[in-house]
Amino acid sequence: MPAVSKGDGMRGLAVFISDIRNCKSKEAEIKRINKELANIRSKFKGDKALDGYSKKKYVCKLLFIFLLGHDIDFGHMEAVNLLSSNKYTEKQIGYLFISVLVNSNSDLIRLINNAIKNDLASRNPTFMNLALHCIANVGSREMAEAFASEIPRILVAGDTMDSVKQSAALCLLRLNRSSPDLVPMGDWTARVVHLLNDQHLGVVTAASSLITTLAQKQPDDFKTSVSLAVTRLSRIVSSASIDLQDYTYYFVAAPWLSVKLLRLLQCYPPPEDAALRGRLTECLETILNKAQEPPKSKKVQHSNAKNAVLFEAISLIIHQDSEPTLLVRACNQLGQFLQHRETNLRYLALESMCTLASSEFSHEAVKTHIETVINALKTERDVSVRQRAVDLLYAMCDRSNAKQIVAEMLSYLETADYSIREEIVLKVAILAEKYAVDYTWYVDTILNLIRIAGDYVSEEVWYRVIQIVINRDDVQGYAAKTVFEALQAPACHENLVKVGGYILGEFGNLIAGDSRSSPLVQFNLLHSKFHLCSVPTRALLLSAYIKFINLFPEVKATIQDVLRSDSQLRNADVEIQQRAVEYLRLSCVASTDILATVLEEMPPFPERESSILAKLKKKKGPGNLPETNDSRRNGKVNGSTEPSEKMESSNQCFPSLFADLLPTNRPRPAPSSSIMPSAGTVVSTHPFTDVLNLNPAPSTGASLLIDVFSETSIEASTEMSEDSFHRFICKNNGVLYENHLLQIGLRSEYRQNLGRMYIFYGNKTSAQLLNFSSSVTSSDALKAQLNVQSKAVDPVIEGGAQVQQIINIECVSDFTDAPALNIQFRCSGTLQNISVKLPVMLNKFFQPTEMTSQDFFQRWKQLGDPRQEVQKIFKAKHPMDKDLTKSKIVGFGVALLDAVDPNNENFVGAGIIHTKNTQVGCLLRLEPNIQAQMYRLTLRTSRDTVSQRLCDLLAEQF
Amino acid sequence: MTMQFMLLFSRQGKLRLQKWYVPLSDKEKKKITRELVQTVLARKPKMCSFLEWRDLKIVYKRYASLYFCCAIEDQDNELITLEIIHRYVELLDKYFGSVCELDIIFNFEKAYFILDEFLLGGEAQETSKKNVLKAIEQADLLQEDAKVSAPSFFFHISSALTCMLYHRMSNGCPPTHGEESKCTNYVLQEAETPRSVLEEIGLT
Repeated sequence: MPAVSKGDGMRGLAVFISDIRNCKSKEAEIKRINKELANIRSKFKGDKALDGYSKKKYVCKLLFIFLLGHDIDFGHMEAVNLLSSNKYTEKQIGYLFISVLVNSNSDLIRLINNAIKNDLASRNPTFMNLALHCIANVGSREMAEAFASEIPRILVAGDTMDSVKQSAALCLLRLNRSSPDLVPMGDWTARVVHLLNDQHLGVVTAASSLITTLAQKQPDDFKTSVSLAVTRLSRIVSSASIDLQDYTYYFVAAPWLSVKLLRLLQCYPPPEDAALRGRLTECLETILNKAQEPPKSKKVQHSNAKNAVLFEAISLIIHQDSEPTLLVRACNQLGQFLQHRETNLRYLALESMCTLASSEFSHEAVKTHIETVINALKTERDVSVRQRAVDLLYAMCDRSNAKQIVAEMLSYLETADYSIREEIVLKVAILAEKYAVDYTWYVDTILNLIRIAGDYVSEEVWYRVIQIVINRDDVQGYAAKTVFEALQAPACHENLVKVGGYILGEFGNLIAGDSRSSPLVQFNLLHSKFHLCSVPTRALLLSAYIKFINLFPEVKATIQDVLRSDSQLRNADVEIQQRAVEYLRLSCVASTDILATVLEEMPPFPERESSILAKLKKKKGPGNLPETNDSRRNGKVNGSTEPSEKMESSNQCFPSLFADLLPTNRPRPAPSSSIMPSAGTVVSTHPFTDVLNLNPAPSTGASLLIDVFSETSIEASTEMSEDSFHRFICKNNGVLYENHLLQIGLRSEYRQNLGRMYIFYGNKTSAQLLNFSSSVTSSDALKAQLNVQSKAVDPVIEGGAQVQQIINIECVSDFTDAPALNIQFRCSGTLQNISVKLPVMLNKFFQPTEMTSQDFFQRWKQLGDPRQEVQKIFKAKHPMDKDLTKSKIVGFGVALLDAVDPNNENFVGAGIIHTKNTQVGCLLRLEPNIQAQMYRLTLRTSRDTVSQRLCDLLAEQF
Repeated sequence: MTMQFMLLFSRQGKLRLQKWYVPLSDKEKKKITRELVQTVLARKPKMCSFLEWRDLKIVYKRYASLYFCCAIEDQDNELITLEIIHRYVELLDKYFGSVCELDIIFNFEKAYFILDEFLLGGEAQETSKKNVLKAIEQADLLQEDAKVSAPSFFFHISSALTCMLYHRMSNGCPPTHGEESKCTNYVLQEAETPRSVLEEIGLT
């Protein structure tokens, strides 16, 4: 039986504990506990005052119940009573209860603080210690407020007992950690530093913890601790092992204190004073020397304590990073540990070497251990050790050994534990990119990654390979060839299909010359994977197909068949259906020139931090990565230098495929305005909503679609919107207006002198728009020229919903003005008024007229009256792109006449404006002057007002 | 170096002692405990004593049927933490006299008092075994003084009872929850600590 009394024997408690342990089931245990809780509750509530012993016993039972994992919501008051008792054993249990079951009940805290205050003032060291332990255990703000000024006084008072000083030091440390603002520095700081000189090693041990923490926050205030710590350390390491009596642990002199002192020194740079610096170096050398001495004991405690000090010394050496000999010695020592029979030491050696690898003095020395580390990766039986080996390989990697390390990591990946695969994939991807001299190697590596561990290849990794291939034209052909070959495998990972689809879609033409990878072969290869893929991949493949149509006109029919098939066109998935519909229409209606524009090769991606690096950092937390390694050696990424610190901190993440793979300034191959769904019935369903971007989601991807329609971004305006008016001169569909509440989309059709406009009002909020009304008003003059009839709309638009309004227009005679669309509604109680100029203009009533060169010039001459001609010479506002100009003229409504003008650079067009009263024939000629960046636009019609108006409208467009 | 918390749990996953040096909600504590007990128990005997867990490092060691498990911060020293565990085991062993799991169950408050003398706020307060035990013994003396008025046979009864309970657990009664048979294993003698340790450190 125990040599020491095991307590004062609370019989009831022991019985209760054995009762609980005898319970046969969880239910029985709960039942027993509830019975006990009821009993204790009634005792506490009973009239009869409980004696101290009973109170203590019940409080102990509550504590035991709590430690079993049950909630305790009473007994605090009784515990506080025990605190105030002057019987030590009751006080002790009271403090224990409060320490374990902290309760922020303010009344209670006041009572507890009161008891603590009394005990601190008692001058009884045992009571003082109990009180200090309680403060250190609870560490609450209220306690910091009450005692933060008292404790430093106790700590530095000359007559305080050693054991109380120890408690006070650590108590203060805890308060400083939990409420630093409440622990003011003061006169005591200097005196605390001198505790490092104390005769009592226990006091020094406790004080060094406190000083280290304070020095980390205010190094300047504690500078003097450096010399004291060095002196103390030097005395410890040079002492004979028996000198320190009970502070010697398994023949190691004061290992805890040594470690703490070495930690304290890591708060400061190497001492500037040469003598002090020499003394510290001497200490560190002694510690390194001791590692080579034969062990004084075979006990693991001996070697652990000795090596604990050694590892801390190595940390200090790495921290100082100034003594090459010490760094190399440290590296050699760790090298020995790499092959030690103790798993713990191998683990720590790998971990410590990781930081050593980032010092320029020891980087080369670390590299010499590469074979051992690779071997560890292959043979270690503990996954946490293998993880360390992966980390070290990553840290020691540079241009000289990148190929070997990447190859080893790849081969390890085949059998690696599932828990660390994703991280290895990220590391391989980063190293391959960072140290790629030859980008074919990079492409091979990433494809291997996908082959070996496709499931663990995150989006960031395959996005990145595509970004790099697109940005580097020297590797595009190789990449196309390699993915083509990789896709030949009967079973390949979906990520490979994604990369393959994207790259062949962009660069398939580079390998199409070979009959073995002809366009049709490429397409069939991709399409053979199509049905096995998930929806997002299929959608990506559809984009690759439409790109094929542009690259290889010979497979157009085949691809159109695929797009036209019911499984695409009527796919249950909206994205697939929409892409199929749009791409099919695009391939049918667009000329090769337009196709080539819309589907041209992706422009280079803007340089930014590798998203993979960001991901790895996120995964590991900033502290765990050998960051210095990255910033020190400037590897090249895409020919540019490594991302700077600033870049890294911005930590760009890529929310979606659209946002990432598509540079935001360019539209994705998306529908042009002419291929909107034609039937009015689809209007309120999702696909259409998407096209018009009426979804409230603020994705950049969606706004790209707007760009297709508008070319300039839409800004919300509260005034009568003029600018969007001009954007509709050459097109009929698009977003007319948008603010944070409402989006107005437009689709219009014209036939001769009649027009019909569908206006879509999309509620961007989640709340209802009430009292919604919209009307079209015209000036009096305009009323005679243009008949506009609008149908009423539903007065309520549900959150996120869209309603449609139809407007019928009849052109009576030619006109200049435009009707206004006035919208009124109430949103969250506020009345909103919006007024937009409705884009109905004269050119909408054009009928294109084809004519021969001869006809054209004949008519041109007939309209020779000076009043019939209007001419404008103006500077180009947009890039002078021939195809773009053509499409604008066609959009304007006239027929574009080829081979009419003797000058090939000029554009001529002809059409007839239909009004109810008359028809007006129009001829136009646009002469660009590229050198001067100017245009000359000439309009000839039979009516001067028409010539003027049309010239004004069209001149805005170039 | 700062310890975040220390957990003692049995091979069956029963928590025997918990000490938290950082403020956490009860819910969070329970979650951490569950997760760690599971992780540590799943590890094989020859594996290393350290593992990365969340942003902390876990240092653990098994003594007889008990696992001692500490969480330290990233910059902290693993080996010295391992020896903190060992020193605590030595302290328990010296105080209880060949400590076993049952001692810690029945005298959990003593286990807490010893820990508070040794570690405070997650830092080593007093690493001398003699000094820690002296402090505890002094407190026990105060206890005896305070009990002068109590019947003198009381202590003997309770000791005898505890002794009987131990005996019943280890031999007589069938173990409850199928876990008790090992509770009387002497912590310092089993598992990774060879028997001869006891002789060298003078515990027997």
